[in-house]
Amino acid sequence: MWSILYSSNFHWVLTSTLILGAAAGMVGCLAYWKKQSLMSDALAHAALPGVIIGFLLIGEKNIVYLILGAAISALIGAFFIQWVQSATRISEDTAMGMVLSIFFGFGIMLLTIVNRTAGGNQSGLDSFIFGQAASMVKSDVFTMLTLAIGVIVIVFVGFKEWKIYLFDPSFAKGIGLSLKGMNVVYTLVLVTTIVIGIQAVGVILIAALLIIPSVSARYWTDSFRLMISLSALFGGVSGVLGTFISAVGNGWPTGPFIVVVAAFFFVISLVLGKEKGILINYLERRSQRKQMLVTPSPSIINVKGGK
Amino acid sequence: MSKTVLKVENLTASYRKNYVLEDVNFEIAQGSLTGIVGPNGAGKSTLIKTLLRLHPPITGTVDFYGLPFKDAQRVIGYVPQRGSVDWDFPTNALDVVVMGLYGKIGWLKRPSKAHKRLAYEALQKMGMETYANRQISQLSGGQQQRVFLARALVQDADFYFMDEPLAGVDAATEKAIMAILKELKSYGKTVMVVHHDLQTVEDYFDHVLFLNRTVVKHGKTLQVFTKENITKTYGGNLRIHFAEEESHVVHPL
Amino acid sequence: MSYTGWIILTASLVGLSCSLIGVFLILRKMAMMADAISHTVLLGIVVAFLVTRELSGPHMLIGAVIAGLITALLVQWLYQLEIEQHASIGIVFTTLFALGVILISTSVGNAHLDVQHALMGEITFIPWETITLPLIGNVPEATALLAIVLIIILISIIAFYKEWKLTSFDPALAASLGIPVVLMHYLFMSLVSITTVASFDAVGAIMVVAMLITPAASAYLWTDKLSVMLVLSGIFGVISAVTGYIIAARIDTSISASMAFATGIIFLISFISSPKHGLVSKYTRPSISSLR
Repeated sequence: MWSILYSSNFHWVLTSTLILGAAAGMVGCLAYWKKQSLMSDALAHAALPGVIIGFLLIGEKNIVYLILGAAISALIGAFFIQWVQSATRISEDTAMGMVLSIFFGFGIMLLTIVNRTAGGNQSGLDSFIFGQAASMVKSDVFTMLTLAIGVIVIVFVGFKEWKIYLFDPSFAKGIGLSLKGMNVVYTLVLVTTIVIGIQAVGVILIAALLIIPSVSARYWTDSFRLMISLSALFGGVSGVLGTFISAVGNGWPTGPFIVVVAAFFFVISLVLGKEKGILINYLERRSQRKQMLVTPSPSIINVKGGK
Repeated sequence: MSKTVLKVENLTASYRKNYVLEDVNFEIAQGSLTGIVGPNGAGKSTLIKTLLRLHPPITGTVDFYGLPFKDAQRVIGYVPQRGSVDWDFPTNALDVVVMGLYGKIGWLKRPSKAHKRLAYEALQKMGMETYANRQISQLSGGQQQRVFLARALVQDADFYFMDEPLAGVDAATEKAIMAILKELKSYGKTVMVVHHDLQTVEDYFDHVLFLNRTVVKHGKTLQVFTKENITKTYGGNLRIHFAEEESHVVHPL
Repeated sequence: MSYTGWIILTASLVGLSCSLIGVFLILRKMAMMADAISHTVLLGIVVAFLVTRELSGPHMLIGAVIAGLITALLVQWLYQLEIEQHASIGIVFTTLFALGVILISTSVGNAHLDVQHALMGEITFIPWETITLPLIGNVPEATALLAIVLIIILISIIAFYKEWKLTSFDPALAASLGIPVVLMHYLFMSLVSITTVASFDAVGAIMVVAMLITPAASAYLWTDKLSVMLVLSGIFGVISAVTGYIIAARIDTSISASMAFATGIIFLISFISSPKHGLVSKYTRPSISSLR
């Protein structure tokens, strides 16, 4: 049972979930401040038909083409969400829900056909739904690593641009930053993170890896830079621990375990976090209340001041 | 002095852990038309929402006609900010006015012909009868506000709270709304209005409540609407207003 | 009734129940909340199974309602702790869903529940598991459950029609009129949960979202009247279900997925050709702003 932990392939897999978690954590911060946490969920589901079409066209599980297919179909999904909400009175979350479920349905239609023609689950595409990190081979890992590191570099290099783009878009525009350009880069980075995460975590839960670490990080710091680093740390550690646990069982899916580990860090941050954590808040409130009992109430002060 | 219909004592409320209202005390007399003024973030909307139990108070008591809110609910009308609802909702102007009657119609019953006629009359009063069947997103801002006013009229309450009814409306609507408010007052009804335009306060309201997290000053407009109280409420950065208002702010008391 | 007949009936019941609830979902801007609940209901079912060791209708319904309410409460709680609403939804449902999947794949085993089934539904199995009802005779259990849920939904909508309308349009006024807005909210969340769980067998956790919101969104493009929107949405829901079945039979693929796909086709048609809010109307009619 433990033998898998010593295989060199497994080490590569662990490395890739570490880097993936870190990349997702960083990009998640961008999505958090852009108030688009659930957008990542919609795009991940929308990527499914692209994965299957990529497979159908090439006829084998070549990760480069699958990622390409996923990216194209996620981008089409993003485009639809944007179009429907700008052209009609339908709200953003309805548009997201529709794209999410319809694209996913279309993907499952195709997947059912592929599975039937390829004879059972030979294609191994099922693992895209919940993720099966252990099934990745070295070449998959290399592709993933390259892309994930690319994402991390883009977030890192453009750090101060991201900052003003997210916090004060109109100011960013004023100093000559192209918002359109930034939007394109943001969408590309988001979609890339999602699609490389699909293999390890699956289309349904990859959003969690973007959302949960960034919110957890928020409880420890007020600095954007530190938030991104912490979120990357939480994401990376969740990736590694989740993969590790899921490797213990036979055929256990990776995605859910990674998510639960990330959620564990979230609960800890929520309770103990030094910025607005529940415990800190409680203690602050209690001392405040004590103070209120000691000092005279404002009305009395007013009367004195009036004299 | 006419009878007190609202008595607020020691009211405190917070919004997301920040105190927005602290130790608010005031009394409102029947038949008064009160403008609530104060800078942005002074807690004007929160005050109304807290009085109507739409927002939980932390401390304090609120008595309407000597009763707790729950027992007086029937006679209280509320006009929320126009921006607080989705005007793309699939419904028409008449229907929105009928909503004001839902409390009276009661559970499990449908609005009757009589209810619809009442609503139509209210629309007529606001000069909106031709728009009765118009989808609400196709109304202008001023027209939407008139629909809201019609809905308040149909409630036939004794005490009205209105949150910025004059914000972003055309001059004709503003005039129509003020005429209605004065009419309500003439029937002995009590009205409190969140207001943002200091220049019209003297023309519109007989009482003013200066609010900045607590009551800065409250009383008859003629007596309390002074430069001193405005400065106290808004802080020092209101020079622009004074420049324009200097001439008619200072009244002989 | 024939095997195919039962499947089409079941699919239509799913289409009808979901699309009626969906109207209020999108008007209350809670489409993603439906997505969340449809996922967390899985955990409710698994836990109900672990506790009672039975996969029967009532147990599942109760488990689902509890899971749905917990989801709504947790999201509300996190939101009050100053976490942005979308992020709160994302955290809650992914975590609870992950727990459900882990429970299934580790302890419950594949004998009674499997993830694939929960995710995509297996409508083709439904006619096999029948129960005997007085007067009616042998009826597939899932179909009977759906019929009961549909009746509950119809009664709730008709009985509280004006309250649903007002709390959706202007909750502040509703509260000031003494309508229990919060109670109505959680009642609504319960309705979403039972609809989801009753549809679970047939269409699974994700496609149910398509059935819930897409017919309603399509109907929203055709009418400005709530009652008409409800009727249209119901019709679209049933058409999607039947069309989905036909597509699936033609190209031999997943019925539930094809149903979701069919809702998409109806939406696309509405999006392009609706005379009120479609793309075509943008060119044939003067814009609203010039009407004002």
